[in-house]
Amino acid sequence: MVNIIWMMMAIIGIGFAAVNGTMDEVNEAIFKGAKEAVTISIGMISILVFWLGLMKIAEEAGLLKALGTLAKPIIKRLFPEVPPNHPAMGYIVSNMIANMFGLGNAATPMGIKAMEELKKLNGYQDVASRSMVTFLAINTSSITLIPATVISIRMTYGSAAPGEIIGTTLVASALGTIGAIFIDRYYYWKRTRRGGRKT
Amino acid sequence: MNIVQSISVWLIPVTIGFILLYGTFKKVPTYEAFVEGGKEGIEIAFSVIPYLIGMLVSISIFRASGALEYFMNFLEPFIHFIGIPAEVVPLAMIRTISGTAALGMTTDLIATYGPDSFIGRLASTIQGSTETTLYVLTVYFGAVGIKKMGDALKVGILADILSFILSFLVVLLVFGR
Repeated sequence: MVNIIWMMMAIIGIGFAAVNGTMDEVNEAIFKGAKEAVTISIGMISILVFWLGLMKIAEEAGLLKALGTLAKPIIKRLFPEVPPNHPAMGYIVSNMIANMFGLGNAATPMGIKAMEELKKLNGYQDVASRSMVTFLAINTSSITLIPATVISIRMTYGSAAPGEIIGTTLVASALGTIGAIFIDRYYYWKRTRRGGRKT
Repeated sequence: MNIVQSISVWLIPVTIGFILLYGTFKKVPTYEAFVEGGKEGIEIAFSVIPYLIGMLVSISIFRASGALEYFMNFLEPFIHFIGIPAEVVPLAMIRTISGTAALGMTTDLIATYGPDSFIGRLASTIQGSTETTLYVLTVYFGAVGIKKMGDALKVGILADILSFILSFLVVLLVFGR
């Protein structure tokens, strides 16, 4: 599916440019896009090194395990295939916490670590496991407690109550996460019913 | 309001302090562990590059050609029919694909219609309650070398659409038009 979407965006774009005469813009965009990707990746080094370093201390001190245990009642229902004391749990929970507080740059390193652990659990296959799909579903619709960036934009433009959207964001994202879990479970159910692989 | 702001500011330093103190208490060689864990970060950042270049180039072509705009104009009447203001439709569509573009659009909507207008509040809520699904998928799966995404993309996009509709309903119920 990724292959199709990836190819389609490029082909439709090029076809569209041919008809609409926007080929110049497309040319420019190709190399701008590539450059932006490198800028993002290189820019991520500082954040990745910093948080992964810090999380290593937390892991060796047993903090991650404690975090996983603390959230066990909820997490084990969401990720039935992950053993209760597995390090993946700790990373999943810390990723969720970082997301809740709007700390996007801390969430990414922890999310990647969680993925790495989930891949180990799945025998290093290059196929997304059931737990990975669930993790991404929760991650992309993550519950947000403090949408810090949005609040600061609202302040800049002179809102009478910049924080008034905290409540609506919390409710919408919480419902969204519950919905995402149901969507995830529905597709899992469809996969198993078909009798295909369960991963 | 000030409490919310201070929580954001204090959270990271306090977390760092806590981890360092706890690690020292548990006799972890903190500095050495930090360096060891950090090394992994460099590797991850580099392994993400090809995935991200592939995805961003394709998205850039799609956007720059005007195709994205065309599709948005095409969809707008349908969404407007349900009662969702047409102004936020581009935001909802681009949110899944590009985080920076979405943030720019949110800022623009807030600046144009005012932060306390219906559109301003709706844009704020959408921005806060959704994620750049395609980016997260690319980076997370790219970093650990997952090639077959399974249902992840479908689930993520459906969840985004759901979050968008929920944002509209919640803002409508709480603030009215």
